[in-house]
Amino acid sequence: MEPQLSGYLLLVAAALFSIGLAVVLTKRHAVVVLMGIELMLNGVNLNLVTFSQYDPDGLQGQVFGLFVIVVAAAESCVALALLIQVYRHFRTANLDELTSLRQ
Amino acid sequence: MVQVAFFSFVALTLGSAVGVLLTRNVLYSAYLLLLALLGVAALFVFAGADFLAVSQLVIYVGGVLILILFGIMLTQKPALPTANDPAPSERPNAVLTESRRVWLGVGLALGLFWGLSRLLVGARFRMFDRPLPPATGTIDTIGKQLLTNYALPFEVVSLLLLVALVGAGYLAKKQPETPNRTR
Repeated sequence: MEPQLSGYLLLVAAALFSIGLAVVLTKRHAVVVLMGIELMLNGVNLNLVTFSQYDPDGLQGQVFGLFVIVVAAAESCVALALLIQVYRHFRTANLDELTSLRQ
Repeated sequence: MVQVAFFSFVALTLGSAVGVLLTRNVLYSAYLLLLALLGVAALFVFAGADFLAVSQLVIYVGGVLILILFGIMLTQKPALPTANDPAPSERPNAVLTESRRVWLGVGLALGLFWGLSRLLVGARFRMFDRPLPPATGTIDTIGKQLLTNYALPFEVVSLLLLVALVGAGYLAKKQPETPNRTR
């Protein structure tokens, strides 16, 4: 791949991160907020992979990206378990309606 | 030819990501997220990361997205027998969601993107001037790295996965009813 395409990849990663941030900040449904976090993590991964192609002996960026993917999977699994428990208690997954910490 | 494919995948990724932001339907945003993750996997291939692209497909598209779909299905309201004019979020099977303070969040994200893109356009990566090393398979290197330099993080991540598995199972199980407890 040509070098200027690497520059475009960095721009795409920045755009993905910004879109994910906008999703996290504006949406009210907990699952959609989780999707925004996944988009941000993907933007970061794209950045890591882009720089990693100039390091073919170590591939440190790709290994780090692999760890990021695994941690993101664990995070979303725990977050959805929490969300299901919250829904059982409050009967809503709307973040603006969750206003009390009490049982 | 490569450039056409590259930019079409870029358009697919960014377009579906913007769609996640714009649509109000939670189910539609899950499917658009699927498209965005597929696009990112294709971009990984363009950046020479074949193993990571396959892992992205297997873990994100096959695992996390299914989890998200389960989360959407399990948090839907059952049909209410007596409801004349319920609020939009109270309607049965409401997968619609609203946005709050749209301009604040979108403005913040646009500002972040403006700053990052100015930084990236203005930056001069000396690394990118070098000719790209010939693309070879990455699985060999990643496997060696995981078992030599990154052996400790590898084990820690395996422990993290075990803890997340047990913890998620414990959290999501039905708590026993305690009717006599005072609130």
